[in-house]
Amino acid sequence: MPAVRASELQVVGRRIPKLDAPEKVTGQIAYADDLRMSGLLEGAILRSPHPHARILSIDVSDAERLPGVRAVIHAGNVQQGCFGYGNDNVPLKGDKVRFIGDEVAAVAAVDEEVAKRALELIRVEYEVLPAVFDPFEALEDSSPSIHDELPDVDGNVSMRWDFDHGDVDAVADRAAAIVEGRYSAPQAAPAPIETHVVIASFSPSGHLTVWSPVHMVFMYRKALADVLGLDWRKITVIQPPVGGSFGGKIDIDTHDFIAVMLARHARRPVRLVMSREEEFIGTRTRQPIHFTLRTGADADGNLLFRDAEVVSDNGAYNAWGSHAMLVAMNTITSMYRVPNSRIRCAVVYTNKNYGGSVRGFGNPQATFAVEQQMEELADALGMDPMDLRLRNANQSGDVTPQGMEITSCGLSQCLDIVREQSGWDRRRGKMRDRHRGLGAAAFIHVGGGARIYGSDGCGAIVKVDESGQVTLISGSSELGQGSETALAMIVAEEMGVPIESVHVVNSNTDIKPWDVGVHASRTTFVAGNAARMAAAAARDKILEAAADLLDARAGDLRIREGVVEVAGEPDRQIEFGRAVRRRLLREEGSVVMATAFYDPPTHHQDKDYRGNISAAYGFGAHVAEVEVDPGTGMVRLLNLWTAHDVGRAINPMSCEGQIEGGAAMGVGLALSEELVMFDGQIAAPNFHDYGLPTAVDVPRTVVNLVETIDPLGPFGAKGVGEGGIIPPPAAIANAIADATGVRPREYPMRPWKVKHWIDSGERSHVVAGKEASEHG
Amino acid sequence: MRVALEINGDDYARDVEPDLTLLSFLRDVLGLTGTKWGCLTGDCGACTVLVDGKPVVSCLQLACQAQGREVTTVEGLETPGGLDEVQAAFVSNGATQCGFCTPGMVMSVEALLRTNPSPNEAEIREALAGNLCRCTGYSKIVDAVLQAAAERRSAVGSPAADVS
Ligand code: FES
Ligand code: FES
Repeated sequence: MPAVRASELQVVGRRIPKLDAPEKVTGQIAYADDLRMSGLLEGAILRSPHPHARILSIDVSDAERLPGVRAVIHAGNVQQGCFGYGNDNVPLKGDKVRFIGDEVAAVAAVDEEVAKRALELIRVEYEVLPAVFDPFEALEDSSPSIHDELPDVDGNVSMRWDFDHGDVDAVADRAAAIVEGRYSAPQAAPAPIETHVVIASFSPSGHLTVWSPVHMVFMYRKALADVLGLDWRKITVIQPPVGGSFGGKIDIDTHDFIAVMLARHARRPVRLVMSREEEFIGTRTRQPIHFTLRTGADADGNLLFRDAEVVSDNGAYNAWGSHAMLVAMNTITSMYRVPNSRIRCAVVYTNKNYGGSVRGFGNPQATFAVEQQMEELADALGMDPMDLRLRNANQSGDVTPQGMEITSCGLSQCLDIVREQSGWDRRRGKMRDRHRGLGAAAFIHVGGGARIYGSDGCGAIVKVDESGQVTLISGSSELGQGSETALAMIVAEEMGVPIESVHVVNSNTDIKPWDVGVHASRTTFVAGNAARMAAAAARDKILEAAADLLDARAGDLRIREGVVEVAGEPDRQIEFGRAVRRRLLREEGSVVMATAFYDPPTHHQDKDYRGNISAAYGFGAHVAEVEVDPGTGMVRLLNLWTAHDVGRAINPMSCEGQIEGGAAMGVGLALSEELVMFDGQIAAPNFHDYGLPTAVDVPRTVVNLVETIDPLGPFGAKGVGEGGIIPPPAAIANAIADATGVRPREYPMRPWKVKHWIDSGERSHVVAGKEASEHG
Repeated sequence: MRVALEINGDDYARDVEPDLTLLSFLRDVLGLTGTKWGCLTGDCGACTVLVDGKPVVSCLQLACQAQGREVTTVEGLETPGGLDEVQAAFVSNGATQCGFCTPGMVMSVEALLRTNPSPNEAEIREALAGNLCRCTGYSKIVDAVLQAAAERRSAVGSPAADVS
């Protein structure tokens, strides 16, 4: 599509409030738990108290006899199949449980209290097995085998992600400096304020309707059918408004299957509501990843190689989390120009709650390692870290070792902005006497879809009805991030109508066309392009009808605020609704409706992990300023400057909201969030202890939107949803290093850890170069 | 037991179990689902309502404790002209994303502005520290509160106050 100059834009680029905001501030909007339904039963799940045990027997007879109980299900009385990567999971476990929280049985009862009492009456006999929680122990031959039933699993390694480009060993010999170290990221939680809620209901004719705040709704429907032996043509999935997800609600989860099985057994609608505790214990997490990384550069500061050994601690089963390496690998090979790279990664089973696809998906973890080494390397070379970054920054036209084709790229500009705003050149390295420091980190992330499935496409339908109202039916859905408003703005812009006249329908699989789902910061790009194409086609139909009615040539018409007029003759005009009516209300009439499907021009990675998986890449840079109390190790984040290349800001207010919110999550990861675990038991599965940042924990983030006008994005836009969360752990670690001289090795950087690093003198490890030594 | 109270200006009387929370009373007995919940342990603030003008987490309050009191929920805020200043400022500043924290957040802001009509940023952050928001990073919420406070002050004609 032709490039559009900002001055020509009417709607795109404006700070338009979210379309659903009035319903949200009044409490009118109905989330899943606000839905009321007659005859609804409450479900509850019995979870394993053991991290690893064989199930010897399950006796549900007492539970079944409890008045008010309508269904009690377990592996022995349901029809269920396997799911997950490698089919390593089943909804209700029959043979073995593999983490504390694993689902064993479930009940549906007239109310929550009866359901809970029924759970207490279920008797399960277990043979407790030795368990393993540390991924490095899980790699040892002596470790208990968690999935001994799976023939393809080698020990506890479920997957390997190995990559080679160039010759790391050869260039390492001529490196002027090499830094190496181990960097670890903890188990964390997406922790939306709304927990998971699902409602399942079968009609008397056997049609299943499920209400679930899931993003990848078409795959969800298919998984329900495949795993539960249902006809997927008889399943409707409705997505109620989502009370936050951040990837936690991306795809099907065990409790979704369980709700449907309960509804099938009880022959009544069933609702399953996760308590906050269950949300932490039994729904997907951000997987811990451990990186042993080496980075080398020549004396001029040209990066020569990265060499990584990675252990991804994915927990008991392989949900999406097993694929976090897909993104982490991109960062290791392609953040900055790195001519040689080698990655050896094992995805390991442990007896813990398992990983999902949480915002950033492996990237905050990888960036924590990669971007700390950029500053360590700069120090070892005696260079400014910003200069090192700029010298190696990705540029438009680059093709990275994994075949990622960099088109629009504002990385250098983002680095320049945060460098300037933070006073980097004046202040970095000069505030240690006051225990203050500055640290930077940049990111690369997919921003034009991510081809992880046969299609990376999204369908759109634009309908203009006889009132002149425009309805966009999008395959993609809203999670709160504002994509619905962005899509409506794109349609309004393309059609020349006011934003108020665009409605968006996007939450029912019976109505909306296919979309992979909301993930990978792809919605504005992919669904936006689809919406724009459908809008253009619908507009052309209106123009055709109007040309007829105004007795003019379509080329002479222009559209302003939903009115078509002959250029230069403002009295020859017709509003949209009238054009539609003239087309409709006659013999052999027709409706104005257009469909489009946009699938980005990208490729699956091949077996060597090469391929341009995204049609655009997002970039950005952050600088953090911290103050560290050397006595306690307490870190105070004073400032966070951010600059993000968003292609074009369709809605600057929403872009800022994504970056500010993402950055706050990144600050949480950096300083406080962790699912602390003892022997597989999450110590405190509650908000009080988890460490979600509050309004007093995050400073006001400075946001700069850099517009590089992507050639393929709708009006030049690229994805923006995940970028904000990626740099903060690395930037804050670098700032701590600047303030104290010690090198953080893991996050969250809680006071006692920082204190320990200070006391033990944890330093950068420089293993090559003129003065191979430990640097402060 | 019988509980009689005023909610959003209307009188209600119901027989309730003594251990019923105010949150359940509002949502499940009266169907006022505008008030949300995120934890039921008093940690997230999503369930915040006003009882006699003071913010309380309704998940930790029993319905019977509200006997004879005035309860205000998010449903009680709208003015005949539409949204009240706080709600309108949340909309125009982009202070709501998923919206799940918003009703509780808005109620905490209402309580703050009743006691402190001219809060500065630090006071706002302090007052909202019991309301978790996972989406916004709080900056736009703070902006909304500053704007709502300013509008409310100018509406009542009070002198301009310090918003530094
Ligand atoms: S639900 Fe009451 S404070 Fe979280
Ligand atoms: S807007 Fe989603 S939790 Fe605040």
